[in-house]
Amino acid sequence: MLVLGQDEKAKYPFLADAGEYLKDKGFSLTQFGSDPVLKLSVEKALHRIKVAAAGEVYKSDLIDGQASKDYVLEREVFSFLLAIVLIKLTGMSTLVKRFALAEARRAENYLEKDLGNASNKSKIDLATRIIYDLFNIEIIKENDFFVMPVSDYLKHSVTFHEREWKLINRHVENGKVFLTPDKTVRLIRKELGNYISSKITNAPKPSMIPGLEKIVDELITISKKLTPTYAITTGEYPPCIKHAIDVLEKGENLPHSGRFMLATFLLSRGQTVQQIAPLFKNAPDYNSRVTLYQLNHLAGTSGSATTYACPSCEKLKTQDLCFITKECDNIINPSQFGKKRK
Amino acid sequence: MNEINIKFLEDSFKKYYFNHFELIPIPQRTPEREFGFQKFNSGFFNRHISLKDGKELRLLFMQNTPSDVYCSNAYYAFPNSPMNEKDWKEADLIFDIDAKDLDLSCRPNHTVSICNQCSEITKNNNQCTKCNSSKLEKKSLPCKNCMDASKIEVEKLTEILINDLGIEKENIQIYFSGNEGFHVYVYNSQFQKLGSKERSELVDYIMFRGAIPETFGMKKFKPNRSSFPDFNQNGWNGRFSKQVFGSKSKRSKIISELLENGYSSFQKTLEHVSEEIGVKIDPNVTMDIHRIFRLPGSINSKSGLTKLLCTDITKFDPYNDACFLNDEPVEVLATCPVEFKLKNKKFGPFLNEKISIPTYAAAYLICKKLATIA
Repeated sequence: MLVLGQDEKAKYPFLADAGEYLKDKGFSLTQFGSDPVLKLSVEKALHRIKVAAAGEVYKSDLIDGQASKDYVLEREVFSFLLAIVLIKLTGMSTLVKRFALAEARRAENYLEKDLGNASNKSKIDLATRIIYDLFNIEIIKENDFFVMPVSDYLKHSVTFHEREWKLINRHVENGKVFLTPDKTVRLIRKELGNYISSKITNAPKPSMIPGLEKIVDELITISKKLTPTYAITTGEYPPCIKHAIDVLEKGENLPHSGRFMLATFLLSRGQTVQQIAPLFKNAPDYNSRVTLYQLNHLAGTSGSATTYACPSCEKLKTQDLCFITKECDNIINPSQFGKKRK
Repeated sequence: MNEINIKFLEDSFKKYYFNHFELIPIPQRTPEREFGFQKFNSGFFNRHISLKDGKELRLLFMQNTPSDVYCSNAYYAFPNSPMNEKDWKEADLIFDIDAKDLDLSCRPNHTVSICNQCSEITKNNNQCTKCNSSKLEKKSLPCKNCMDASKIEVEKLTEILINDLGIEKENIQIYFSGNEGFHVYVYNSQFQKLGSKERSELVDYIMFRGAIPETFGMKKFKPNRSSFPDFNQNGWNGRFSKQVFGSKSKRSKIISELLENGYSSFQKTLEHVSEEIGVKIDPNVTMDIHRIFRLPGSINSKSGLTKLLCTDITKFDPYNDACFLNDEPVEVLATCPVEFKLKNKKFGPFLNEKISIPTYAAAYLICKKLATIA
């Protein structure tokens, strides 16, 4: 377990044990609903959630990662802990996600500064320890770079869609990836978000604190406005699917991966196995029995009952099945093609 | 395939397994692997088999006279359970290099087409000369050029595995696939537990796909000469330099050209370079963490040749070294419009001829559907 100094608790409040912290300071949660001085922390917590809900990063009162006065530090930590309490009271998962992401990005700024601080070895050590303790990635400083095993890098980088995160765009040597401090920290943003989000999810739901009802209602209203709904605006198929259908219509061979993509896509659009099967009739190796068996398997009506999803655009690129056009509009899976936010 | 041909192949394969079982290395951690096999003329794939040890593996061969035997690269808690209940633990990293994916100019010269409709066999065609059907099955015959090109890809791959990905040389094994390529196995690496998505990233790295201009020194705004890679750099930067600049004396001039042509032209350069220096592996094979692969040491029923461990790839001659069936003469009726060489002996072309050839050559032609027992 990491032993944190006062400043570190303010920078990385999610590492502090919430209950312990309050107890240490001699407070109970109910006091925050009534005590006018403590209410300042509640207001800060509300502000912290609102900023996160708007997709921005909350700016601390810390100067260069240091609290000028003890009460500033306390309020930093309190506002984080209270924000979690408030989010728990709303019961809105959208707020959990947004808050966790924003807090992760906030912590990311501090981690980056700590890692990049060449003159202060203890800060670098703390940042690398946090990364190791939380995400089990061992990073070693080598000159100006942070170095980690390729396999650790891949486990985290595969969730990124930007091409710069592809392994080919990194310096790789002897089984290790070399990263700058900012990239090292960016790599774990999602996991940091997940870590904070799991802390919130796993925290027990407190009973309503008298005096905070209004704030909780306000947050529920904000959260409801945030939940997007999607609707299919066009029935058009994405270029990869059109290409696959073209290939089959010409009687040419569509590789297994292409057939898998086509079938799972059409199933996701609500077509039945019987509607899809005739598409494969022109394939050079067509066998109706095998086609039906495989389609039923993908639809989950036979075999393991698993319904297979259409592969991601990234995977299709690797399989040479992607024929991207500007209409794809940054989607990450063909099944999103033509869908718009309501 | 008719019964007589099947019996001939089964007998020949059986003899091989009886006499050469030592060529089948018992897979490490056998009880955690999934095995599978197929029999001649049966569309059914026997999968989800677990075996305790080498003795049980031997029994599988003796009892079933399989046409092909497979073993997973994955290790499972319950290898004989259905796929989603197997409890996947990890998987060796496997790469497939196949001559058919290399776009070699020699391919049409040693490829024959078999019509699915009328069974007419012709030299490489896209349409049957007899019935005009476009549903043709292509069969490729041995070619030294194809093997040499595949070997180059294997060497490129192993260089990246060792220098870039830090894999110990002794954890890499190269096998001739038994037909037209090589399977490269990587054991005990840091990549054992990686899933399909992560492996697909490794594939793109090895194939040099998805590179952006910035990585190789070309910035979108205010590009400058100093950021371009140099010859002495490790990894792709060094390989890129050798490919694009050619020699040290040309480097400066070529950088000027690259800067002049601009960012989007550089992206095209990268795509072109990818074709040249990227390793041509089959991406689907490496990404698949539940696949069963032809068992090393077993015979490939597409050819009658053995999937064999290559200890010295430069000297390895698959059409001699991996040809283990005996040379007892057999009478076959053969139609093979292309000449081929096995065990340093030339065969063909045969135009619907009744001939007497050694068992290994007969098996080869029958496996390729180019002959039947007379």
